[in-house]
Amino acid sequence: MANIHTVDITRLKNGEVNLGTSIMAVQFDGGVVIGADSRTTTGSYIANRVTDKLTHIHDRIYCCRSGSAADTQAVADVVHQHAQVYTAVYGSPPTVSTAAALFEKMCYDNKDQLSAGIIVAGWDKEAGGSVYNIPLGGGMFQQPWAIGGSGSTYVYGYCDATYREGWNEQETVEFVKNTLSLAMSRDGSSGGCIRMCVITKEKVERHFIPGNELPKFWEGKEVVGTTSGRVGVVA
Amino acid sequence: MVAAKSVEAPNIGFDFSNYARNQFFGERLQGIPKATSTGTTIVGVIFGGGDSGEEYGVCLGADTRATGGPIVADKNCEKIHYLTPQIRCCGAGTAADTEFVTNLISSNLELHALSQGRPARVVTAMTMLKQYLFRYQGQVGAHLVLGGVDVTGPQLFTVHAHGSTDKLPYVTMGSGSLAAMAVFESSFRENMKREEAIALVARAIRSGIFNDLGSGSNVDVAVITKNGTENMRNYEMPNERGIKSRNYKFRRGTTAWTKEAVRSLIVSEEIKSTTGAGKDQGGVEVVPVPTGAGAGGEEGMEIDT
Repeated sequence: MANIHTVDITRLKNGEVNLGTSIMAVQFDGGVVIGADSRTTTGSYIANRVTDKLTHIHDRIYCCRSGSAADTQAVADVVHQHAQVYTAVYGSPPTVSTAAALFEKMCYDNKDQLSAGIIVAGWDKEAGGSVYNIPLGGGMFQQPWAIGGSGSTYVYGYCDATYREGWNEQETVEFVKNTLSLAMSRDGSSGGCIRMCVITKEKVERHFIPGNELPKFWEGKEVVGTTSGRVGVVA
Repeated sequence: MVAAKSVEAPNIGFDFSNYARNQFFGERLQGIPKATSTGTTIVGVIFGGGDSGEEYGVCLGADTRATGGPIVADKNCEKIHYLTPQIRCCGAGTAADTEFVTNLISSNLELHALSQGRPARVVTAMTMLKQYLFRYQGQVGAHLVLGGVDVTGPQLFTVHAHGSTDKLPYVTMGSGSLAAMAVFESSFRENMKREEAIALVARAIRSGIFNDLGSGSNVDVAVITKNGTENMRNYEMPNERGIKSRNYKFRRGTTAWTKEAVRSLIVSEEIKSTTGAGKDQGGVEVVPVPTGAGAGGEEGMEIDT
């Protein structure tokens, strides 16, 4: 062991399944839209190309998982159980901030053992729609929109340039769809199809966009086998 | 043991006299060799329902080779483990780990079913397995394909050694998983008939057997429907040993002998009871029973019958 006093929490253990991932959640007036890609990798092999990374925590609270599949599934299961106990004890569902605090406690207290980046989002009566980003160290950040996972690094610029407050549900869905599509096309660990969830007071609506129906952006031109395209003038 | 060295090995406890040598090798080579993953191809597929007109079910398949490093330790081992009458689990990875973890969870599932008064569900098995494996942080090297039919219908899961699970209609695991997945990705369709599913599973396992060095020998299949489980051990045997062209047995008399002496090891005895109920009732007589084969027989040792 090189140096046992520093811990690299960003590295997965050998053979561990990785939720490479692009995940995001955006708040709008009346609820949230959360979305994720569908790729799970073990090294360079895609263990599951149709993963559902949007995990149910409670009726109107979902979380997006990135990092180690085992760690995030285990943490989400524990918080799911806490949420059920909360409802049984208090008679009403927990708020999104309560669920996020439960995640934060688990992720921070066990930060040395876990490799989990989680975005918690949902709707509750007190705050309406809200989004909480809990990256690797276990810090909790409430934001109007949050992106996470390995693919998120490629779309910070796009999101900063495009996001506007005051969008309605339809516009928010478009924003999520375009962002994820861009991230998936640039990040090797993200791909497959897009799964989205629209969470409002009335409903939780799931959307599914298969890989061949993703919005297309600049894809370059066919180079091999064509001429340079310039017309020459012969004197 | 230790040969021609002045240090004497102790008579009790472990002998650490090779420790320094092994450490030296470890530094010189790429580390001390680890006995981790064993080669395997295991698969699972959900079939039936929809327009197939048949019952829903799960079809599991596995090869039968167990390796210890580069050596085939067992040419015909069983990788499809029993969990409950309607749930089976294929295991890849460390053979001991898959065996023991499935035994443990099978035991717990039976207790759970008895206390709940209803048959165990596949998700219960999955949750028990994943929580156990997560607790051991991947040290229990069990990569499993879990399939079964319960009241909610057919279910198929993969469980990785670190404790993550996936729920899918068709799955492959083990070193031969890529070969088997290639077969599935090209030929799987929803609502297959039972015979078609079995043929597909056998083809996927064969693909692993012939294209992966870590998998080999025979194909085991298990088909689970709500009416019961059919275990087809050695469903296909595409690697039977060929008939040898010559007879390699030594004929009698190949080894010459100079002297022959036969002695019976059975002694004739007569037992007379002197106390208790058998007193003076003639007692029990032991009659020598000559044994046919083995030492003392007239024709010498029998080899390889």
